[in-house]
Amino acid sequence: MSALLRLRDVWVEYGDKVVIEGITLDIEAGSFVSIVGPSGAGKSSLLRVILGQEAPTRGSIRLDGAPLAPECGPDRGVVFQRYSVFPHLSVLRNTMFGLECAEAPFTGRLFGARRRAAAAEAEEMLTAVGLGDSLHLYPAEMSGGMQQRLAIAQALIKRPRILLLDEPFGALDPGIRTDMHALVTRLWREYALTIIMVTHDIKEAFTLGTRVLALDKRRHDPHAPHRFGATTVYDLPLKKPLATQALDGSSITIDSKDNN
Amino acid sequence: MRWVNRRVRKGNGFLLGAAPIALLVLAYLVAAAARHEANPNDKILPLPGAMAEAMAALLFRPDPLSGQLLFWADTFASLQRLGFGLGISALSALVVGLVLGVLPPVRATFGPLVTAVAVIPPIALLPILFIAFGLGETAKVALIVVGITPLMIRDIAAHITALPREMLIKAQTLGASSWQLLLRVALPQAMPRLIQSVRLSLGPAWVFLISAEAIASDVGLGYRIFLVRRYLSMDVILPYVAWIALLAVVIDFLLATGSRKLFPWAHGAGH
Repeated sequence: MSALLRLRDVWVEYGDKVVIEGITLDIEAGSFVSIVGPSGAGKSSLLRVILGQEAPTRGSIRLDGAPLAPECGPDRGVVFQRYSVFPHLSVLRNTMFGLECAEAPFTGRLFGARRRAAAAEAEEMLTAVGLGDSLHLYPAEMSGGMQQRLAIAQALIKRPRILLLDEPFGALDPGIRTDMHALVTRLWREYALTIIMVTHDIKEAFTLGTRVLALDKRRHDPHAPHRFGATTVYDLPLKKPLATQALDGSSITIDSKDNN
Repeated sequence: MRWVNRRVRKGNGFLLGAAPIALLVLAYLVAAAARHEANPNDKILPLPGAMAEAMAALLFRPDPLSGQLLFWADTFASLQRLGFGLGISALSALVVGLVLGVLPPVRATFGPLVTAVAVIPPIALLPILFIAFGLGETAKVALIVVGITPLMIRDIAAHITALPREMLIKAQTLGASSWQLLLRVALPQAMPRLIQSVRLSLGPAWVFLISAEAIASDVGLGYRIFLVRRYLSMDVILPYVAWIALLAVVIDFLLATGSRKLFPWAHGAGH
């Protein structure tokens, strides 16, 4: 099976502080990878490197076989824990933003028929995430869960190759979090997404993911704790990725026999 | 109940706010009456009647020399200078502040220069402005611009730099270029801050306006105040000062209301 994203011996260092050491990883299309680990184990650094927000100090990252540019691009969507939406735009305009950027390089805005087409597409996406009734609200008028729904819709409208989630439900209360889990699972299957999610919540990682990666430091020098970085200490395949799963029609909830 | 927990109802708030002003007016009247009892020709603390009489001459009777109604000519001239000064400052602060805030290389190149210019006392530049632009309108507007623009630039740039990094990253993952980031993300979020910045700069702008008018002018609120000072005409100076205060309050109110109307999202929309 061909891997969508290939990391080869990726290191992230800040000065003499090693955050990530030698991560080698293949992520298949259609998989839902959860990344867990203690605070400071480089979960977010790994995500930032995949996102292109930072370049790895050493090693290579290839998306669809092509090396990644050290810059964010529309092929990788992202949802952060907070500040993912634009406070000055309504829900509809927030979602249209990605379409407008692509089609109107100079004005950044669409007019006439193209605007109506973009609005219709955005509305469809918002309905899919359950915000069909809130098109004209501003983010400040919405709850945290609704803002995260918006952030997801905003990212999905660009049809990214990979969707990166950085503790997306960390700030939500438990009830809303369960709703969001259902939403993400449904979207993942409907849009055949490849998702990489960083989370603190072990249960969430195992419920949602088809594969769980645990990052931690293998070695520890008490006199120089910063000299060793984190790497993948556990790599647990839980379920088959989306493509094969859809064929045999199995449930996406964890089958205890498959859960090693 | 602790004083920090005491809330004031709207009607009471108005009364409470008006009380110190009324008290101040009353204190003035008592002091003025006392001085006039000792010396009926006192000019230092004129009575309201004398003020009304002096102001009526400026308000309704054309000046024999220029044929103008002086009060209105002064007000118009000053507001025009202030308007041009604030307008030019706001526009340049917006453009420069945005570019400094969004583009790190530009910030690294011009940030120190803006900081250096901002610490020069603008009044020290007034002679240079008079030499460069002559004694006309340009120098007065230029003093306001030189006086308030650097601080506004720094304010806008700092505001844009402080935008959450996540938001800028998100915009880039949605395909935004540097230009689109500036136009669609930074500019709209700078606008309410710009209005806030103009409101805070109103005070300094008035200071520079009055200073410029006091030094070289032939019309304007500041010019009139400094002119009649020679005759100890407190009956003109005091109403003029009150008028300047009123104008400043009205401009501030209009800016605040405009910001709430135009950018409801920045003021806790809907809540």
